[in-house]
Amino acid sequence: MFRNVAELVELADSKQKKISALMIEQEMEVTGKSREQIIYQMGVNLDVMEQAVEKGLQGVRSVSGLTGGDAVLLQNYIKSGNSLSGEMLLDAVSKAVATNEVNAAMGTICATPTAGSAGVVPGTLFALQNKLKPSREEKIEFLFTAGAFGFVVANNASISGAAGGCQAEVGSASGMAAAAIVEMAGGTPAQSAEAMAITLKNMLGLVCDPVAGLVEVPCVKRNAMGAANAMVAADMALAGITSRIPCDEVIDAMYKIGQTMPSALRETAQGGLAATPTGRELEAKIFGIPLNKK
Amino acid sequence: MKFRSVFDIIGPVMIGPSSSHTAGAARIGRVARNLFNREPKWAHISFYGSFAKTYKGHGTDVAIVGGLLDFDTFDERIKESLEIARKKKIKITFREEEAVPEHPNTAKITVGDDDGELELVGISIGGGKIEIVELNGFKLRLSGHNPAILVVHDDRFGAIANVSNILAKHQINIGQMEVSRKEKGKMALMTIEVDQNLEDQVIDEITALPNITQVARIVD
Repeated sequence: MFRNVAELVELADSKQKKISALMIEQEMEVTGKSREQIIYQMGVNLDVMEQAVEKGLQGVRSVSGLTGGDAVLLQNYIKSGNSLSGEMLLDAVSKAVATNEVNAAMGTICATPTAGSAGVVPGTLFALQNKLKPSREEKIEFLFTAGAFGFVVANNASISGAAGGCQAEVGSASGMAAAAIVEMAGGTPAQSAEAMAITLKNMLGLVCDPVAGLVEVPCVKRNAMGAANAMVAADMALAGITSRIPCDEVIDAMYKIGQTMPSALRETAQGGLAATPTGRELEAKIFGIPLNKK
Repeated sequence: MKFRSVFDIIGPVMIGPSSSHTAGAARIGRVARNLFNREPKWAHISFYGSFAKTYKGHGTDVAIVGGLLDFDTFDERIKESLEIARKKKIKITFREEEAVPEHPNTAKITVGDDDGELELVGISIGGGKIEIVELNGFKLRLSGHNPAILVVHDDRFGAIANVSNILAKHQINIGQMEVSRKEKGKMALMTIEVDQNLEDQVIDEITALPNITQVARIVD
């Protein structure tokens, strides 16, 4: 069993196996389930993710009306051919947004690692499709690799916004995605770890401040940028760039930052964007509560 | 390690919008339902911390009631659970508590009917994973992910051995076991997480043992 990223990478190198393979082996050991059962179950999750993206790209709107429709706007913009930051990057962003718009509309999604951060991993995965042409098995492997890195974060730090802020949710999701992108693109396990470290470093300190306590503003756009962050960090790692601070130490820093984060900035809708004049106004409107009562 | 399975990270499949505040809440409600072992006539639900501040926006209320109605995290009926409960004439009340809990996402559920009641405290620790930390005033730690039995018994010598003997006889492996009591020699609670679901016969045999007051089962 691996306890941290260093052990995971070492194990992969010594056994000459992919990280996804190690995650599957560990799952077999822990649950006593067969390889087929485990891969089947992940396949079900993959299907849910794909359906959520498709639904979001058709356009959805949340009950509060705060979010929805941005994935469609972005897809239309990509089709115009005028995009500046590149089609694949924007495709990942739009698919991450699509997933979280479906989530905000109380649709069916797969938490990766949480519902509020569910867009990043599928967004990047389905954007890579055209270029890397992965088989269904490879897409499932992508999820196991992302899961392996998320597993380490969840056990050594946190994946809960209420406990560690948005850095623990979208931050973790982005790091997981970056590591999985590297593996799918043919990078080494060590490069996966570098990609995760580079991504998470750029998410440190991110607070969880949802307007009206809803998983909408700013969550949907944080997933958008989480996907972009993961794609760029994966490219950096594949280019050979390394993080001066090792991945496990970045995870540890994230944990400690989360512990010192005030409660107002950990999913209580008491601070940050939730406490802005507009945030408060939206909250009052949605719940029909007069502003002075908040 | 709190998280043992990759499906704690990539999963669960669920109705949005929040894994901790929606899916986790549904799971806490469902554990209460399983332990009560029947549909309650009424439920009092208290929210603490982040749950208290944001439950309306996250659908924590509909999710927890969905759980009490035995709906899983991906059951579309969660969205209409309050309406369904009303039609079934289940009386539900919610309270936003001011007290600062140990964990930010804490809910206390009391359910009951004419024949009895049950109170539990659950926490949602992230990604949809939950722990039950208190049952009828007893402290415990129950993930809700493995099949488990809860045995209320008199705090007497041999009570624990008798229960584990029956499990051994049926070749059931104990993954984790915890015993707690409020006072020496009075009522105590055994929490036993096992590797496979338990047949009725096992439960019946344990119930028939001396010094055993109540046995509840949680299926995986």
